[in-house]
Amino acid sequence: MTLLTPESLAQIDREIAKYPAEHKQSAVMAALRIAQTEKGWLSTETIEYVAEYLGMPAIAAYEVATFYNMYELSPCGRHKITVCTNLPCQLQGAGDIAEYLKKKLGIGFGETTPDGRFTLKEGECMGTCGSGPLCLHNNHKMYTRLTPQTVDQLLDGLK
Amino acid sequence: MPHIEIDGSEIEVAPGATLMDAAAQAGIYIPHFCYHKKLSIAASCRMCLVEVEKAPKPLPACATPVTDGMKVWTRSERAVEAQKGVMEFLLINHPLDCPICDQGGECQLQDLAVGYGASNSRYAEPKRVVREKELGPLISTDMTRCIHCSRCVRFGQEIAGMMELGMPGRGEHTEVMPWLEHQVTSELSGNVIDLCPVGALTSKPFRYKARGWELSRRRTVSPHDGLGANMLVHVKDGRVYRAVPQDNEAVNECWLADRDRYSYEALYSEDRLTRPMVRDGDRWVEVDWGKALAQVAGALKMLRDTHGGDAIGVLASPHQTVEELHLLQKLARGLGSDNIDHRLNHSDFAADAGRAGAAWLGLPVAELSNLDRVLLVGATVRKDQPLAAQRLRQAVKAGAQLSIIHAADDDLLCKVAHKLVVKPSALVQALAQVARALQEAGLDVGAVAASIGGVAVTDAARAIAGSLRGGARKALLLGSLAQQHPRAAELHQLAWAIGQASGARVGFLSPAANSVGAQVLGVQPAGGGRNAGRMLAEPRKAYVLMGVEPELDAYDARQALEALRGAEFVVALTAFKGAAPDYAHVLLPIAPYTETAGSYVNMEGRLQAFHGAVKPLGETRPAWKVLRVLGNLLELPGFEFDSAEAVRAEALPEGEATVRARLDNAVEGVALAHPAPVEGLDRVGETPIYQLDPLVRRAPALQKTADAAAPEVWAHGELIARLGLEEGGQVRVTQGEGAAVLRLRRDDRLPVDAVRVAAGHPLTAGLGARLGTLSLERL
Repeated sequence: MTLLTPESLAQIDREIAKYPAEHKQSAVMAALRIAQTEKGWLSTETIEYVAEYLGMPAIAAYEVATFYNMYELSPCGRHKITVCTNLPCQLQGAGDIAEYLKKKLGIGFGETTPDGRFTLKEGECMGTCGSGPLCLHNNHKMYTRLTPQTVDQLLDGLK
Repeated sequence: MPHIEIDGSEIEVAPGATLMDAAAQAGIYIPHFCYHKKLSIAASCRMCLVEVEKAPKPLPACATPVTDGMKVWTRSERAVEAQKGVMEFLLINHPLDCPICDQGGECQLQDLAVGYGASNSRYAEPKRVVREKELGPLISTDMTRCIHCSRCVRFGQEIAGMMELGMPGRGEHTEVMPWLEHQVTSELSGNVIDLCPVGALTSKPFRYKARGWELSRRRTVSPHDGLGANMLVHVKDGRVYRAVPQDNEAVNECWLADRDRYSYEALYSEDRLTRPMVRDGDRWVEVDWGKALAQVAGALKMLRDTHGGDAIGVLASPHQTVEELHLLQKLARGLGSDNIDHRLNHSDFAADAGRAGAAWLGLPVAELSNLDRVLLVGATVRKDQPLAAQRLRQAVKAGAQLSIIHAADDDLLCKVAHKLVVKPSALVQALAQVARALQEAGLDVGAVAASIGGVAVTDAARAIAGSLRGGARKALLLGSLAQQHPRAAELHQLAWAIGQASGARVGFLSPAANSVGAQVLGVQPAGGGRNAGRMLAEPRKAYVLMGVEPELDAYDARQALEALRGAEFVVALTAFKGAAPDYAHVLLPIAPYTETAGSYVNMEGRLQAFHGAVKPLGETRPAWKVLRVLGNLLELPGFEFDSAEAVRAEALPEGEATVRARLDNAVEGVALAHPAPVEGLDRVGETPIYQLDPLVRRAPALQKTADAAAPEVWAHGELIARLGLEEGGQVRVTQGEGAAVLRLRRDDRLPVDAVRVAAGHPLTAGLGARLGTLSLERL
């Protein structure tokens, strides 16, 4: 039995195919992303598995996983909300949105709700400063121009 | 060629050189931490910032290529200001624990902080603390001191061939660490201690033992493998405290294998023999030298007079010096015995008749790094000659094709082009296939042509032959397994034929520091005497042993022990007691390499002399002096020497030129037989890396490493299933009359019908022939 599903492996294979055969490890970032999407976070077993799949030392994959903050190295909630708190977003009210989220979820940055539904994270600039305040859901979907109302709608839609 | 001006002086540098190279050429020192001449450029420490004309800001010298007309200032106000700024940042998180740091006094950071550090820190906040990492018995860590130069990480990736350390995390959270709790296992791991510019990675056995400035440095040569790595032993109060590499680009570059670095601990082992001892019935008594030597001379004289010189067998270790070996062979021949040999672990001596010179590497060691094509035959090179393996890895990285013919598909930590992995008794057949493939391609394979006509060639053999036909610089190297093989002469003959046909140079990877020297000096039968194999198979009445532990060193350890136990008189010249009290009658304590002047001839024929680093321990005496006195007591002519140099002058009158003149790998007249590979299971019985010689066997830190683990039985998964055995369970290994109970482990890199059981270890000493056949049964 493999640690990742055939679907995830097929996706990783597609990433590997983008690089010369002897440079499989170039696909490490994509492979870790795909593994995280399936597992929710990157355990040492997952990292080791991905590294072996790419023919690279586990420590080298771990270096990548620890360098970028969108890789989760500990279990996190089903829905990870990452709020940008950099200056342009702050000027547009990101601080209030963050406070609203904390109060509503009852958790601080880097924490997970007891039911395992939400994790709240403080994020860095996501390159869409014109549309702040904004947040990212599970690293993949961005919600912009947040207000308390849109935050409520967003959270209600995430089960 | 670009011309540049550096600190006011004009120089011409090679295109593509960096400012660091240019500065080195101009004799200018630029401070640095992450830069190392043998490693890739990281440019991460920023200590080497220099001022360059027209550049808007200081540039790192290690990563800036020179361009024509560049003007560089390495000590201008702007450069020094930048360097001081970098130093201030480096010191922010570096602990001020120099007084208790092992690196104190030999620390790059400490030295450069004197030049570039401020006397006070402007940083008042708490410093970071980093958890220690457990890297194993050789390397001690204080990771809080790490400045993240990444030299140790790059060493693993680029030189050792295995990335065992990494630098996870980012910014202030970066830490050097192994994956999970893994320990460092590379056979070259100790080099990270030299590379570490601070006290984060230091030597564990040396921890808190002495300060750099208390130690005097004595040049010497590693007594282990055939590379002859140059090193310095550090000495205080007549005791060796550590060993570090001495740069020699032609031999070890700036590296040492762990075996060379940590074996010094054995010099002070409990097992050291420090006084002459003689057997008195069942007791051993310490006596003075005069009495011991008189007893030896008397016994040898008596046995020679009653039974003739042929009754005496002389076995010497190829780890002994040129001087010692020369006097020993002189003594043997003076006693009328041609029974002398250093090849205890060989089993086929048939090539002796067909060759004119000593078996050597066939090319300079440095050329190993520049080969285009390499064929390794029966070579566990990573464990036998770790630094030669490192050079071959560099060659492969530069594009060489490396192929192997071996009894195990061990990971060489580099790309292997083609491989033929067969059980030991099929090795001759495998090599014959390559010769036949060359013959089929129309090349002249000389004398073997007639006997390989019927050989069926596999695709792998054809690919290896094809690889050898290409390339300009190529070599075929025979490793320890090929040299110890029961059909070693045929392997040699075939290798020579392949070399002649393909243009590859044929060489031998010498297993011991003085293997080549021993041959050059005639420490093997020259006039019909008995070789090591016959000396032990046809027991002699007396044995003279020097530096050997035949119960571990011999090809058939079981037989060796029987022969020694049955002898009337055995004298052991040895630095350690070991098992010698079991069979010897007199033990003479001789000095190990640090306590005597001497020389070794390495695998490329390089004669490297050294002085004694410390005084001999206790009553120990240098072996050349012991042999001189013994020669005099036996009234043999030509034993009047007053220095090791005088002995060397007699042994090798022209020095290295004498050695070179006697090197020759050519062989002729060995008949090729074509027996089918032996039925049943072949034993792959090699000497483990940390069982090579008496010193490493007693080095405590090395003995705690994974490589020194007690021998186990390794077999292919298919074989385990076929025999109905259980992986991880205990099995009985039976080899003739010998047996051992060991744990069974799986290794699918072995041929299905071969079983790996290490030799040279007390647990397997009772088994017999290293490459014999054996059987396994469930317990």
